[in-house]
Amino acid sequence: MIFLNYFISGISLGSIYAIIALGYTMVYGIAKMLNFAHGDVIMVGGYICFYAVARYGMNPFLGVAVAVVGCTLLGIIVERLAYKPLRQAPSLAVLITAIGMSYFLQNTALLLWSSNPKVFPSIIERGSFKLFDGRLSVSHVTVLTIASCLVIMGVLTLFISKTRLGKAMRACSEDKGAAQLMGINVNATISMTFAIGSGLAAIAGALLCSAYPTLMPTTGSLPGIKAFTAAVFGGIGSVPGAFLGGLMLGVIEIFAKAYISSQLSDAVVFAVLIVVLLVKPSGLLGRNIQEKV
Amino acid sequence: MRKILTCVIILVMASAAFGAPAAFKLGGTGPLTGGAAIYGMAARNGAQIAVDEINAMGGDIRFELRYEDDTHDAEKAVNAYNALKDWGMQLSLGSVTSKPCEATAAENFADRIFALTPSASSAAVTEGKDNVFQMCFVDPNQGTASAQYIASKGLAKKVAVIWKNDDVYSKGIRDTFVEKAPEAGLEIVSETTFADGNDTDFSVQLTEAQTKGAELVFLPMYYQPASLILAQAQAMGYAPKWFGVDGMDGILTMEGFDKSLAEGVMLLTPFNADAKDERTQKFVAEYKRRFGEVPNQFAADGYDCVYAYCQALAQAKATPDMDAATLCAKMIEQFTTMTFNGVTGENVRWSANGEVTKDPKGMVIKGGVYVGLD
Repeated sequence: MIFLNYFISGISLGSIYAIIALGYTMVYGIAKMLNFAHGDVIMVGGYICFYAVARYGMNPFLGVAVAVVGCTLLGIIVERLAYKPLRQAPSLAVLITAIGMSYFLQNTALLLWSSNPKVFPSIIERGSFKLFDGRLSVSHVTVLTIASCLVIMGVLTLFISKTRLGKAMRACSEDKGAAQLMGINVNATISMTFAIGSGLAAIAGALLCSAYPTLMPTTGSLPGIKAFTAAVFGGIGSVPGAFLGGLMLGVIEIFAKAYISSQLSDAVVFAVLIVVLLVKPSGLLGRNIQEKV
Repeated sequence: MRKILTCVIILVMASAAFGAPAAFKLGGTGPLTGGAAIYGMAARNGAQIAVDEINAMGGDIRFELRYEDDTHDAEKAVNAYNALKDWGMQLSLGSVTSKPCEATAAENFADRIFALTPSASSAAVTEGKDNVFQMCFVDPNQGTASAQYIASKGLAKKVAVIWKNDDVYSKGIRDTFVEKAPEAGLEIVSETTFADGNDTDFSVQLTEAQTKGAELVFLPMYYQPASLILAQAQAMGYAPKWFGVDGMDGILTMEGFDKSLAEGVMLLTPFNADAKDERTQKFVAEYKRRFGEVPNQFAADGYDCVYAYCQALAQAKATPDMDAATLCAKMIEQFTTMTFNGVTGENVRWSANGEVTKDPKGMVIKGGVYVGLD
């Protein structure tokens, strides 16, 4: 029964990683860049939601909606100002810009909201469902997180495979040049990807802060790195891969904490990552594309 | 031209020599921003009130106080310390938190500038340094005192400990607690750790404490991770007794914190803002007037530090024109022999290694405020 309890904790933590990883993997799959500022967009989403709910007394779900709109706008602005001018630049330059953006957002948050930790009001009532005479407890936030993760994942898959815009995204992902020749507006498609990724980040921020109610300018950075790891683990660029990678990372982390050592959990997580990448360099569900010369 | 310049220089030097009021330059570093800012701001505010009170009395002893921000970072603390040294600091208040203070204490020792830290409580702060003293209990004493307090009040038999393994403060308290608990008749059923400030998931630690049947969970840590633990325990439906240390102080002033989560949390702290004695009440009233909140233990420690200096300087007949090394020798002599009465305790004495002796008070959070336990 304790095993199940730990397993559920792992799934709960993992589904948060998964939602964040979806943002990383989508942007990477389509724009072929690592958006390291993603974790910090999550933090901004958390703050917007915090102010909407705690200061202006909005309904928590309305607060999340406001955060989604705010982060989508932020994503579009960041993309327009920092990434779009570098569309033709070498990928290393874009990577450095993304890291710079990450620090820029963190420090702006530090100026705007100070570094005093704020306690995030849970978007749903804190408590848990009791199963098997109370021996197994599943907190409300866990259920909400897992459910939102599944819904987002489903909607995203449908969106990418069924809609026109989704098709355009897949086309850009496969070959930008050819897509452009077919009359797809590559620039607009990439901007759209950023907008969706940032909107997802706001939801991830609200869920992250509801499960672990502390909010600081650095709140997004470590979950961001872990989620990036999850995306690589599952095969970066693959949406189901990010989902699987996130869940597995969460479960491994919790099990390592519970059964090996609470001090070594991160070391175990990254050791598993190294092993997976040695055996399958493209990640669990990643496609191995041969580069033709 | 040269004559004019010489005149100007002489004038400037003269005004510097005669114009400045004779005051002891008192400097300290602390986290004025960052996750631990509540402590730094409180200690600085407390010290400032004491400085203003002493200067207003118009006696021979006057102070000039300057605090530099170290953001609870050891490297920045040394930079902040150097800035204070350039300013001409004669007496130091060390640093507010343990890790940075270990770094600045080494500088204090090397430079022969006497230090009295309000709240840096790790043993390494004073170890091997004859001129670094503490106003708060040293960590090992907090661990011992907590174990004895829990046992003597019959709060619990089975205890779980959750501690932060990359923090000297947390580790120091945990080490002595774990050592002394069996002697006091407590059984430690679960002991788990977590690392740096971004580790936010405590489900494993709490599940283990719960399944092993811990009646009380001991939290030797600062308030920020503690607030996460309390929230997650409530979500799990786990409600043991909670017992914290002085780092728990400050949890009630976190923005957005649901105070009902901390209901019944106990902690050991030397300062009780509800105390009825005249000095405490005067200090609390002044602090509320200026800063709009009830002072915590750190503010009281900062306040006491300045008064302890005032007493020691008066007894040593020290004057502000003495250099830091001379003052250092005089202060070592005074602090190892004198007895001080402050708001954080009566009959406060220091041993030669810089550790303080005074009695801790048990406090409990009831209805969103601290109430004395005894």
